[in-house]
Amino acid sequence: MSKREEIIRVDHITKRYDENAVLDDFSLSVHEGEVVVIVGPSGCGKSTILRIMNGLEPIQKGEVTYRGEKVDGKLGSITRIREKVGMVFQSYELFPHKTILQNIMLASILVQKRDRREVKEEALQLLARVGLSEKKDAYPRQLSGGQKQRVAIVRALAMHPEVLLFDEVTAALDPEMVREVLDVLLSLAKEGKTMVIVTHEMSFAKAVADRVIFLDGGHMEEEGTASEFFDHPKTERAKQFLHTFTYDKVERE
Amino acid sequence: MIFKDMMTMLAEGTRDTLYMVLISTLLGYVIGLPLGILLTISDVDGISPNKVLYKILDIIINITRSIPFLILLILIMPFTKLVVGKSYGTTATIVPLTIAAAPLIARMVESSLKEVDKGVIEAAFSMGAGGFTIIWKVMVTEARTSLLVGVTIALGTILGYSAMAGVIGGGGLGDIAIRYGYYRYETGVMIVTVAVLVVLMQVLQWAGMLISKKIDRRRGK
Ligand SMILES: Nc1ncnc2c1ncn2[C@@H]1O[C@H](COP(=O)(O)OP(=O)(O)OP(=O)(O)O)[C@@H](O)[C@H]1O
Ligand SMILES: [Mg+2]
Repeated sequence: MSKREEIIRVDHITKRYDENAVLDDFSLSVHEGEVVVIVGPSGCGKSTILRIMNGLEPIQKGEVTYRGEKVDGKLGSITRIREKVGMVFQSYELFPHKTILQNIMLASILVQKRDRREVKEEALQLLARVGLSEKKDAYPRQLSGGQKQRVAIVRALAMHPEVLLFDEVTAALDPEMVREVLDVLLSLAKEGKTMVIVTHEMSFAKAVADRVIFLDGGHMEEEGTASEFFDHPKTERAKQFLHTFTYDKVERE
Repeated sequence: MIFKDMMTMLAEGTRDTLYMVLISTLLGYVIGLPLGILLTISDVDGISPNKVLYKILDIIINITRSIPFLILLILIMPFTKLVVGKSYGTTATIVPLTIAAAPLIARMVESSLKEVDKGVIEAAFSMGAGGFTIIWKVMVTEARTSLLVGVTIALGTILGYSAMAGVIGGGGLGDIAIRYGYYRYETGVMIVTVAVLVVLMQVLQWAGMLISKKIDRRRGK
């Protein structure tokens, strides 16, 4: 893994809201083709890490580098990294007044200034891939949650990102729709896409992750391969955390 | 008054009123739309917060909006004269109407744009979109239903103001209503004129609502 090229790296970053440090001296580097899964209790800073990686959140200390190049506060450098880093949000954030196809094509045309015909052709292929070809002219409100999230993933893919960030993309979905979205993520992982995934779906995390990061209180508490972390967690905190996902059999007298 | 004369007069009055209202509202948007956008983006939770700019615009708009229209009309007469060469008549009335419309429109634009979901704006940022794209392709496009309701309200308000301008010889239907109804006691003419104003208002309201429903993708067909 370490022989592959490093794509994105956050180095000793500190993020504060007012006086509260949300992340404290946190570092993470993501290499080409790697799938990193971040887990941890609510409020531990998972979303914040993804937002920092995408230049959506200013930091107080440390730096973000993209393929070895430092991302500074300058607009040009942030725009470049945003084009290369795709992000998918928990609540889809599709544009309500635009059709599915317009949603997918918007940034490729307006930000990347690519040819409209070529972008459209590719958008249609991507939609077919997630089984939503017939929805191309629909508006977001006409889609189910699972369908909206698949469109949001396609919208991110349309920009040819080098890393994809997923922030609890199934958290807002009904259980029967979780699978259809996670299947898309699994197929992207199989293709060798570089991804950073925040999720509460532990069995999915175990299946997809090359590396698991356990975050607690803004610190990296534990890091390891999927089986190391899920089968043999080292720290007490991680054991406790994993235990919250299991239920003991009710003993009746 | 002969019926035919009255019809001609009403037709001309309606034409003058529409001329004043449409041009003033249009000019009001030329000033008010950018102001509304500036207010939205410079506010604390906007995409480019700027406390000083927001406060300055905020105060100017509040002051302008709190001056009663009739007073404004009289206050700015010298300015009106400077711009159009005289201080009475339909064209002259466009000046105070525009000045009254702009801050109202700025406020309505601000409140429409602030309705746009923050998450959607953030998603656009995450894709590398710049300020211009965010403002025009995301904020304005997504707020268009509400913006159009604002246009309807602006037209209605300016229509009301234009009738008030009749008091000081502003032309249009308001002028007719005051001249005949108030100075000459021709109550019939006044009633008919007011009826035309009511119909105009209804038509504007109805058309505005129809269009804004048509372009709303969040519900309906
Ligand atoms: N805009 C903000 N202002 C102040 N505090 C914030 C802000 N955004 C996040 N926080 C705080 O930062 C901490 C980390 O937030 P973050 O959203 O990264 O957590 P998370 O791990 O993604 O949680 P969850 O699993 O609930 O999504 C939380 O304690 C939160 O209250
Ligand atoms: Mg979160």
